[in-house]
Parts: sequence; C-alpha cells; structure tokens
Amino acid sequence: MKLTLKIWRQKNAGAKGNFETYKMDNVSTKMAFLEMLDALNKKLVEENKDPVAFDHDCREGICGSCGMYINGHPHGPVPAITTCSLSMRYFKDGDTIWIEPWRAKPFPVIKDLIVDRRAFDKIQIAGGFISVNTGAAPEANSILIQKNKSDDAFDAAICIGCGACVAACKNASAMLFVSAKISQFALLPQGRVEAKDRVRAMVEKMDEVGFGNCSNTGACEAECPKEIKLVNIARLFREYYKAF
Amino acid sequence: MGKLISKIPDGPLAMKWTNYKASVKLVNPANKKKLEIIVIGTGLSGAAASSALGELGYSVKTFCYQDSPRRAHSVAAQGGINAAKNYQNDGDSTYRLFYDMIKGGDFRAREANVYRAAEVSNQVIDHYTALGVPFARDYGGTLDTRSFGGVQVSRTFYSKGQTGQQCLLGVYSSLNRQIKKGNVTMYPRREMLDLVLIDGKARGIVARNLITGDIERHAAHAVVLATGGYGTIYFLSTLAVNSNASAVWKAHKKGAFFANPSFVQIHPTSVPQLNEFQSKLTLMSESLRNDGRIWVPKLKGDKRPGNEIPEQERDYYLERRYPAFGNLVPRDVASRAAKERCDAGFGIGETGLAVNLDFRDAIKKQGKKAIEDKYGNLFDMYKTITGIDSYTEPMRIYPAGHYTMGGLWVDYELMTTIPGLYAIGEANFSDHGANRLGASSLMQTSGDGYFILPNTISNYLSDEIRVPKISTDNPEFEETEKAVRERLNKFISIKGKQTASSFHKRLGKIMWDYCGMVRSEEGLKKALVLIKELRVEFWRDLNVTGESTELNQELEKAGRVADFFELGELLVNDALNRNESCGAHFREEYQTPDGEALRNDEKFAYVAAWEYTGEGKPHILHKEELKFENVEMKVRSYK
Repeated sequence: MKLTLKIWRQKNAGAKGNFETYKMDNVSTKMAFLEMLDALNKKLVEENKDPVAFDHDCREGICGSCGMYINGHPHGPVPAITTCSLSMRYFKDGDTIWIEPWRAKPFPVIKDLIVDRRAFDKIQIAGGFISVNTGAAPEANSILIQKNKSDDAFDAAICIGCGACVAACKNASAMLFVSAKISQFALLPQGRVEAKDRVRAMVEKMDEVGFGNCSNTGACEAECPKEIKLVNIARLFREYYKAF
Repeated sequence: MGKLISKIPDGPLAMKWTNYKASVKLVNPANKKKLEIIVIGTGLSGAAASSALGELGYSVKTFCYQDSPRRAHSVAAQGGINAAKNYQNDGDSTYRLFYDMIKGGDFRAREANVYRAAEVSNQVIDHYTALGVPFARDYGGTLDTRSFGGVQVSRTFYSKGQTGQQCLLGVYSSLNRQIKKGNVTMYPRREMLDLVLIDGKARGIVARNLITGDIERHAAHAVVLATGGYGTIYFLSTLAVNSNASAVWKAHKKGAFFANPSFVQIHPTSVPQLNEFQSKLTLMSESLRNDGRIWVPKLKGDKRPGNEIPEQERDYYLERRYPAFGNLVPRDVASRAAKERCDAGFGIGETGLAVNLDFRDAIKKQGKKAIEDKYGNLFDMYKTITGIDSYTEPMRIYPAGHYTMGGLWVDYELMTTIPGLYAIGEANFSDHGANRLGASSLMQTSGDGYFILPNTISNYLSDEIRVPKISTDNPEFEETEKAVRERLNKFISIKGKQTASSFHKRLGKIMWDYCGMVRSEEGLKKALVLIKELRVEFWRDLNVTGESTELNQELEKAGRVADFFELGELLVNDALNRNESCGAHFREEYQTPDGEALRNDEKFAYVAAWEYTGEGKPHILHKEELKFENVEMKVRSYK
C-alpha cells in the first residue's frame, strides 16, 4: 500500500507543534500500525532526520503505554483495541492517516505523540489501594466472594490506564478511569472498610489535577480499548454520595 | 570475591527458611528510616519489594523506564500464578511444588531457594487476595485453579488470561500506598545507566532522565535490581520491546557474577511471525494447551487448510511422543517437538514454521460457551492479530523467546557477589534451573519481592546503621557519571548509516539461529564470530540522531543494543561450555536416541557463574556445585 501520513510533530512541551506530511510506500497489510511507524522512523533516521517519538512497550495491548489519536479516534478506527494491536489491514492503498497525541490539559505533550499521564498515577496514589501490609492477609479462602461479583470486579479491573477515555471526552474527564478502580474495590468485601475515604480522596484528586466533569456523552465507553462500561460511572456516583 | 558462598542455612530443607528468619539480624524501626534503598524496576518483584520495604519503614527510591510503574512487563503474564494451597485435594503440597520445579528445571536449580519459593507461595496468594486482585472463583465463592504444563495437579490461580496484569495492578496499588505515605519516592521515565560502588559496596546509581536527558546521581545504602529478563536479545520475543539487560549487565561489569546465561526458555505457543517488520511475537497462554490439541499433517508439505485434513491424516505429535503428559508437557519439550516437526518439513502455513493448536474437539465436547469463558480474551487477541477465528479454525502457533532462567548470581539472601547489591525476580538465576514451569514466574517474583528480600536485606543493613546518608559528591559518583556521559556522546558521534534497531534485529537472528532452541558446538562457534563482526560494524556504522540532552529514543535503544552484543557473547560462551543438554539448553551433540535431552550430572551439576574481567578479556568461570539432598536426580521423563 501507499499511504500519506499527517503526523503531529512537537519538539518539546514548550514548543509549538504542527502536522508534518510523510509518504510511505510498500506498507504491508500484515504489519501492525506501530510497525508501520517503526518503518517510517527507520527511514527518517537513515535520512538523518528526527524520528517520531511515541510511547509503546508490550505491543500486545496490555501495558497501556501506547496511545495516539488516529483519524479522529483514540487508538484508531477499530473498536476495543489499543494502537499497538491495530493492524494495517484496516487501511487501504492511497489512504491519508492523521496521527495526533492525546489532547487534554492534564496530559501535556512531552514530545510528538508522547504525553505526560502522571495525573493518572496521582489519582491512584490518592486512594486506589486496599490498606493491608505484607504478611497481614488472612487465608485467601476465608474471604468468600460471589462469582458474579468477582467477575464484575475483574471486568472493571482490566483498565490499562492508557488515557483514551480522557482523550475521547470533550471535557477531558477521567470519570471512566476513576470509576473502574472504585468499582473494582466497591464490588469486593476487602475494599469496603475504607470505601468512603477512597472515593472522596480519588475524586478530590481527580478534580485537583485538572480533569473535567463527566460530559454524559459516553464517548469514553465507545473508545475504551478494554470496553470498560459506563455502569462503573454510575457506581462511582453512588459510592461518592454514600461517602458523605 | 572469587569463591561462591551460597549461604544456605543449616537444618532440614523444610526448616531452613524458618530457622533463617528466626536468627536473621534485624534493624530497629528508628534506624530503618535512616537507611535508603534503591529499587530498579516496578514489575511484580520490584514494586512488591518497594512497598514491603516501605511498610517496614525504610526510605525507598524506586525507578522505572516507563511513564508509570503500572506498565512493567509483568503486566503481560497471562496464564496464572502457582501456589501449593491444595484447594483441589489432589495431593498438592509445598514439597510437591518444590519437586515439580526442581524436576521441571532439570536438576539445575538450588534446592533451598526453590523450596523457599514454594513455601511462600501460599502467602503470596493470600496477600494478592487481600489486595483485591480478582482471581477466578467458583460458585461457592472460593478461589478456582487450573492445570499448567509439566505438573499433574491443579494449582494455578488465574484471572482469565490476564493474571499478570491483575497481580501487577495489585502490587502497583500497594506501591501507591507507600508513595502516599512518603516511604517510597517514585522516579518514572528513568533508566539506570550504571551502578556506583564505594569501597566495594553498591552505593547508588547513575540514571538518565528520559524526558530531559539529565544525568542524575542517586545514592543509597543498598541497591536492588528487579529489572526482569533479557529475552529481547533475540529481538523477536514475547517481551515488551523496551525490556533490556542493561542494568544487570552494568552490574555484571562492576563485579556481579552472571549465572547460567544460556538458560533461555523458548515458549511453545506464540503467534508466528507475519511480516519482516515485525517488532515482537505475541504469546498465547500455555493454559490453551489444557484444551487445545497440537498437531501437524502426517503428509509432508500438506498445504490444505487445517479443517480439511481428516482425523487419520493428523499427527498429534505430543500425544504420540508423550502419552503421560500429552499436550501438557513442559515448555522446552513442547518447543523442541514443534521445531523438530517443522524442520522435518511438516510445518504449516506459508513459511512452514507453524503448527496447529486445535480446539475443535474441546468445543465439540464442552460447547463453545465453556471455551469462551476460559479463553475468550485469548481468542479475541489472536483474531485481532491474525484475523483468524479460532472457534472455527485451528490457531497457528510457533515457539518464541520468552523467559530467561539465567541472570545475576545470588546467594540464599538474594544478594549478588557485590555486597549490598541484590537481584530479585527474573533478574536473578536462582529458582528455575534450566527450565521454568508455567505460572511459577509470577509466584517466584512476587515471593522474592514481598516476602524474601524484605527479610534478608536486614541481615546486611543491620551492619550499615552507622553509615550516614551517602553523598553523591563522592568521587566514585563523579567517575561513573563521567563514563556514562562519554558513552552517550560516543553513540551520537559515530554518525553512521544504520539504526540501533536494525543491528538489534541482526543480532537477534544470530542468537535465534545458533543459540535458540537447539545449539551445536559448530553453530555456537560460528555465532561468536558473527557477533564480533556485527559488533564492530555497530560501533562503526551506528546512527543516533538528535542529542543526549533531550528525549531521544534512538539513544536509549543504542545503549541497550550495545549491551546485548556483550551479553550475547557470554550467552553463547556459556552454551558452549555446557557440554550437555538440560532443560531449555539443548545441545545437538547430547541427546538420547529418541531425541530427548541428555544430561551429564557428573560433570555439569553446577551453576555456571561468570566473572567479568575487563574489556576484551575472557570471563572467568566459577562453579557452584548443586547438591541434591532431598530429591533423587532422575532422567526427566514426561512419557
């Protein structure tokens, strides 16, 4: 395939960015999207040009490092996958592909397609844990948990913290991200003891680091690569109101 | 240095750890605050150690190269985590788990360490459960388990195919709690570029801030390396593409012995390579072998689609060769068997480098729903990558470089040969011998981090309580930083034509072809020549664009690849030295008439610990004899 890439280039956080155009020949449909960018970078380095910086690591959709806006969608046009799992078979010869970083105030651009997502860690540090010291745990099977509750907790716990929900939201809201963690612990007996403190601390931090309010549009759910459900946000509200 | 003292406690096997803990020197709470510990890496062992040490009251500084500790590659572990709970009443016990690991490791691991790993496994499960890790459960609310390769009991706890992710998010949460309390300071997007020794003791690191390019000095009373394995030396592997060996290699060059580097596990079930730009191979969990049957056509070069090949024309070669364990033989055995069939011309697909993993019979018997419940996310993942629906067509799989049993040599306390330098998790060598059993890496790495290191490190630190905070103005920091800067500048000043990745790819191919699943003296010797040639070319024709004073991913890669050249040579030399086949190390010259690994216990029942002696000089081999007092060394048979 022959492709035209329009990629956001920005030297550093302070610099003004712009779209650059790159022509790619010989792109195989068997390549992954990031492998196509690897090929571009190889070419750029060989021409002594600065390669495109982007975050990536596991390249199998689980670490949450990668994330870019592709043709107006976080992680590209295919639902329920991360950028690294996106195959080039979804594009066709002659396509123009627009590639941008996450755009959200709490995620400032570091370079090109790399953004700073430490705001997510700050929310987790504020309360995303169960307070138990190493060695203090009871026998695992002394805590009985209904299978469906445990499965629901798992479905919330699979959030990879990539930030697509924030990038998709016109308010740059982190509600889906925060609600996933709150839900996981709200559904489990281990997490109940400090549930009130947790939800208050995490929501307070979420506001403090600059994420917006829920826009009620559901864009987050539609774009989440792990299909985290909106019902978690409802549960977040319930937990939050119960906390006062 | 020179002599390996493993510090295995006296007493019967089952009492060693209890006795050790009862007599280990402690540090009083007031002194702990004054003692600083650096932890490199935030996978299960690193984040677990950081949080456990923080809970104890030490001042911990933790580093990772990712933007968040939650992204360390433990996150990608799929199948599960072992523990000797015996919840299934199927005869499991600490001893049985220990025995399975010793046997699975082909009698090349240290008994006392392995027993301890099995012993703390139950506490690991208790702790993760308390942290809210959603392991799979049965309808009565108790924890569920499943079987894994190489064992005959069901002891693997799991969260669908995302057990590593769930465990990692568990340790990440406990780490966050300590960060909030101020006991741990987190330094993300930092890469350790060298270790600093003062008076022979590990006293700090020099790291690069990957955003600004700043070179930073960090001092501590002890340093813990939890940096994972070096499987990316093959370029194409199941590891995260930025995983690297640089931290352990730098430590090795400063005096930490490197043990059994050639013990590399090739995982049998990964998605085969699809294109020439491929950057990694994706693992399909071994748990799939519980229900999937592995086969190739009986007819050489049969290119019909799998579904069109009738039953009598299929060769279920694992079931044929290993009737007792069938599709659940250990990973090394399954990998070699796949290679054997493909090399003989029975492989499938365009390349002939793939075999079928077929769920037809399981779906017929259990229904699609049951299979979906167990492996749904893996089937989805496979479809995303290949476009193939494995509910209706067999998966195609092939072995890929996966886990490194070798690593820094450590004693019973997990300390390397450098005083005050520890290695935990996959970064050390100690528990898996020549082959690791499935689901025991999460178990070992969690145990190291949460339960073992926090106990053993006090034995060292109790003698350090009078040592004041270490200053980074020491000349040793100055010198190390200077060397680090010179090296970075060197990469940039070469101004050649080729990218670091293209060298990595070529190095990986040499390693895979000559030092992968099957090795021979001739091939290994050839590899040594090829690696040396390529290394010369690297230092002559590398191109790193940009500067060292900015975010520069090409520069990061160059450093990692440069270290892989050196490690690659040691890996090959270790494979060459070990004139036997054991576990994942298979030397063509040493096999039984029916193609199984042929060990030589008389000559090679030892850990090969290599000492670095200087640039261009040969390594010195030190041998730690392995004594088996509690198990009988047998021929490992899964027939």
